Amino acid sequence: MRSAARNRELVALIPVALLLSAGFAAVFAEENARLGNLSLIYGAYFLAVCLATHVYLRLRLPNADPYLFPLVALLTAFGLVMVYRIDADLARDQANWFVLGLLLFALTIHFLREYDVLERYRYTIAAAGILLLLAPRLPGIGQQVNGAYLGVKIGPLAFQPAEFAKICIVVFLASYLREHREVLIVGARRVLGVTLPPLKHLGPLLVVWGASMFMLVFIRDLGSSLMFFAAFLALLYVATGRFSFVVIGIGMFLVGAWFFAETVPHVHDRIAIWLDPYQDPANTGYQILNSIFAQADGGLFGQGFGQALITIPGTDDALLPAAQTDTIYSLIVNEVGLFGGCAVVLIYLLIAARGFKIALLADDGFSKLLATGLTAVFAIQAFVIIGGVTRVIPLTGVTLPFISYGGSSIVANCVLLALLLLISDRARREAAASGRGSLAMGTA
Amino acid sequence: MNRQIVQLFGLIVVLFGVLVAFTSYWSVFEAEALKGKQANKRPLLEQQQIERGRILAADGTVLARSVPKGRGDALRYVRRYPQGALYGHPIGYSFVREGDSEFEKFHNGELVGEGSEFGSILDELQGKTQEGNDIVTNIDPEAQAAALVGLEAAGFGAVVGIEPSSGRVRVLASNPPYDPNRVPEELTELNENELEAPLLDRATQGRYPPGSTFKVVAAAAGLDSGAIDLETTIDAPGTIDVQGQPVSNGGGVSYGPIGLDTALTNSVNTWFAQLGEQIGADTLFEYMDAFGFGSTPAIDLPDEQVYVSGVFDENELLGRGDPVDVARIAFGQERLLVTPLQMAEVTAAIANGGSLMRPQIWSRVVDPDGRVTEKLDPTRYSQPIDEQTAAELTAAMEGVVEEGTGTPAAIPGVAVAGKTGTAETPFNESCGGGSEENQAWFVGFAPADDPEIAIAATVECTTAFGSEIAAPIFRAVAEAILEGE
Repeated sequence: MRSAARNRELVALIPVALLLSAGFAAVFAEENARLGNLSLIYGAYFLAVCLATHVYLRLRLPNADPYLFPLVALLTAFGLVMVYRIDADLARDQANWFVLGLLLFALTIHFLREYDVLERYRYTIAAAGILLLLAPRLPGIGQQVNGAYLGVKIGPLAFQPAEFAKICIVVFLASYLREHREVLIVGARRVLGVTLPPLKHLGPLLVVWGASMFMLVFIRDLGSSLMFFAAFLALLYVATGRFSFVVIGIGMFLVGAWFFAETVPHVHDRIAIWLDPYQDPANTGYQILNSIFAQADGGLFGQGFGQALITIPGTDDALLPAAQTDTIYSLIVNEVGLFGGCAVVLIYLLIAARGFKIALLADDGFSKLLATGLTAVFAIQAFVIIGGVTRVIPLTGVTLPFISYGGSSIVANCVLLALLLLISDRARREAAASGRGSLAMGTA
Repeated sequence: MNRQIVQLFGLIVVLFGVLVAFTSYWSVFEAEALKGKQANKRPLLEQQQIERGRILAADGTVLARSVPKGRGDALRYVRRYPQGALYGHPIGYSFVREGDSEFEKFHNGELVGEGSEFGSILDELQGKTQEGNDIVTNIDPEAQAAALVGLEAAGFGAVVGIEPSSGRVRVLASNPPYDPNRVPEELTELNENELEAPLLDRATQGRYPPGSTFKVVAAAAGLDSGAIDLETTIDAPGTIDVQGQPVSNGGGVSYGPIGLDTALTNSVNTWFAQLGEQIGADTLFEYMDAFGFGSTPAIDLPDEQVYVSGVFDENELLGRGDPVDVARIAFGQERLLVTPLQMAEVTAAIANGGSLMRPQIWSRVVDPDGRVTEKLDPTRYSQPIDEQTAAELTAAMEGVVEEGTGTPAAIPGVAVAGKTGTAETPFNESCGGGSEENQAWFVGFAPADDPEIAIAATVECTTAFGSEIAAPIFRAVAEAILEGE
């Protein structure tokens, strides 16, 4: 059992190695005059780090899900190739961030083996999460990007606190809902044909709604706000099984979003651009339109690695703005086509499937809810940004997990992955111990 | 909770399905429409990085080529037109900001080396970059220059020359010309110059009253339908009454009973008005359609730059069943409007035994390694009249040049068949509103017994007659072609 799971992981890393080599080789062949032979060194370095992580998992979490880490490595490798193709220096940073992320991943696994301790500190964690969300508005350290307050800069260290806040909020919600789900279900009252949660337990839930609205107004971060609230509703539904709660929640979010869309110019503009990008194609509509135009150029198979135009030739003007972060999915569709884009979506779907599988296998309520929440927030983040650049929803500045350039995103998602693997290791160990039937299920 | 978790996963599957659906929509189903959007500079920027192929005249003269600018990532190609204004029409231009037109636009795919999607994947795997193909045209530089020189001396107008047996377009000139090299700096001024309209290709977009040149269409319909033969005579007095209004011959001359030869040689209006009534509107429209009137000519230029010829009510094209004055159509009046290209096609069909070939400017496509990848395969567009009718008409048109209104078109030692035309266009605002303004025409082909070239030449806003001003242009262009053979 122990070695079986890890052997599968090792085998699953082979396609990652192949993709990475092929991708770097393609970019290398395309631009070798400019880039030199550094690309091969990058590839080797990345694979060595992956193998080291695999060995660490063999020792520390032998029963953990064998597919999650290779899937994440696949996304990271794909992201590295894309970022490398935009700017070799950015790719070097990105690779270093991934190493730092894996260090935090290892530390998380080392110190949070008994992750139930998180329950004990849930209010501290919730406070930390809210403080992180507030930080970009604090004088001196906050930074405004494109009208949204997303970044924090303390001395030389700059990061996007929302990426870390999402883990804190999910931990808090999982813990809170584990304890209160019974009363939320039993205490619910039917008022005018609608099932409402009991009022005295409603408070913390209203706080979450308020926090989402607060983010919309003060942080002006439509994407994170959407992501947090959707993850909250997903957890609330899984914990209570009450669909009416979700309907009420969506209603409250829409009312709040509508109100602020009318009153906060930044939010209003984002929605207006989404509805009609051709209104001002050279300015406000430029990013979303060029994101779509880049996809139109990709077709079924794409133009090939390293072929897409990112800046207007002969100038430094962006043709695909924020290609290494917000619109990296459009760049992928441009270079590897609809098939490449679908492959990326499929990898996220497989990660979500493995995450929910962990939640199904987990024995206790907190583990179940934590695994569900972490998986949901991860999947919804991917949906919010891919949906943004494909004009399913308004375009917002959320990163594409493990693919977009950005240290905070990589490091935070590595911690998220560590938590999922911790839950998985325990669940599968217990499943194995409790009999053959569960064993079969656990290794399916 | 497990049931809810599975449901939640179901929701995520649906949401991701939406992402795939939208990506497919943008990247495949809506891709072509998006590439055509005004706001989308990507296709042009990408093409600018490809070395666009050259455009050559029939003798290899370079009409358009690309020159590199910048290096590395900033490398791009800019279009140059070494012959300047001489080939502004029909070659057109291609620039990133200003877009493209005419031949450059129609043949864009070959010029940038666009292949199938699978083909480009193979190229990519082999490390090939996309390269453009050269296109050799049928344009004869001597004749093109003769046409433009002739027009510049005569006034605004156009000349189209087609090889009757193949449809190869040897000359396509429009005056005033423009220099495509100046389009990046002067496009706005060129567009705003409504009086001269230099960007208007008068050969394919100029719609003029055809005057007496249309009599060859009426004669063709009369002979081919059996309404008349060469022996038929029609009494042609100086003036007749058609629908309450008089129709008169030039100078009011009365000819008495005459046949087709005499009527065409002297361009007798009263004869053709009666012929028109004999044929009837339905039959005349039938023959016009077969000659290509009523539909966009099948030339290799963008549809929006090739206009339809026919009878128009305001901007609406009339056809069979519409109330028209067939007598006046038969000698080229009524609301007939024709392009020089259409009249050249009529002439070429008669010259080619009644078979109208598809007019084409391009001749062959040559890939960067010098291999000919595509070659023009001349195809028939229609057979409006039979061979006998064509021969009879040719004989009548020879008479026009030998002893009739078309003598200035005669070339020593070469049999020429032709027809003059002079449509009165008084008080035409685009001509400055003068009362003596004409649209002067000459259509013809040479040599009459073995035609190498069929030409339509027209001059707008002139006080001269077709025989005086258009026939000499015909002659100069035809001589340039025949000397080059």
